[in-house]
Amino acid sequence: MKTAVIVFPGSNCDRDLAVALEEVTGKRPDMVWHGETELPDRLGLIALPGGFSYGDYLRSGAMAARSPVMRAVVDAAGRGVPVLGVCNGFQVLTEAGLLPGALMRNAGLDFVCRDVALTVENSQSLFTSRYRSGETLSVPVAHHDGNFFADDETLDRLEGEGRVAFRYGEAVNGSARSIAGILNAEGNVLGMMPHPERKIEAAHGGTDGRRLFEGLLEAVA
Amino acid sequence: MKLRIVVTLKNGVLDQQGKAIEHALAGLGFSGVDQVRAGKVFELDVADGTSDAQIDEMCRKLLANTVIENYRVEKAA
Repeated sequence: MKTAVIVFPGSNCDRDLAVALEEVTGKRPDMVWHGETELPDRLGLIALPGGFSYGDYLRSGAMAARSPVMRAVVDAAGRGVPVLGVCNGFQVLTEAGLLPGALMRNAGLDFVCRDVALTVENSQSLFTSRYRSGETLSVPVAHHDGNFFADDETLDRLEGEGRVAFRYGEAVNGSARSIAGILNAEGNVLGMMPHPERKIEAAHGGTDGRRLFEGLLEAVA
Repeated sequence: MKLRIVVTLKNGVLDQQGKAIEHALAGLGFSGVDQVRAGKVFELDVADGTSDAQIDEMCRKLLANTVIENYRVEKAA
């Protein structure tokens, strides 16, 4: 499976994602700079990494969402190419309109950086087929703006359509309905605040993130 | 033409920073302060003849995230 990691100025988990993708797919991803206007052909995944793109100027993810490469990412998502946004990548996806809602300053205003309990809500998606519904994972978070907000109507729709992929199993950041990750209506775009790419090998202290990439590889390859 | 664009969180969106500021004011001994809302102000100098529709588009496309924020445009006399 061919993959690409989008790199914005201020991204800092691009290498982590690249290492995880290479480990699972056996192929080094293409690293695509934010100024590019075209993406490589036949991608099995476009990954938007964590970090502080554009120094979080204006709002987290706001500037990155308007960078040239994002037009190509939006087009590809529209054609059904899987897109994964982790942490800042999730913020970019909401700002770009590929996912609903917004990620606001954490309740309590602290930067939260630790392993958290994560419950798998939907194990039928492209990204979560290797997990069991209701399974609890341990995956790290590291963010200041992870407090998911959407109006009640949107939240009800997300829940009703099975688009809540992951929920926190503990108090983390004040997210509406403890939402940690959501899917788009078509199911090919996932945004999540926790970092699955940081739980790939035993040396990471756990491998709970690995199955996300393995499931995707199985589904796409 | 000079513009001042004020962006604030919508009613019903909990403003964590506003709440913290409210508590800090109370901590400084200012009593009776309620409902502090934090926001942003942008000052822009735009070409004369820029239409209201264009200004509105700037706000909706970038300056405000209308999922959570309202904006108000003030034109300098």
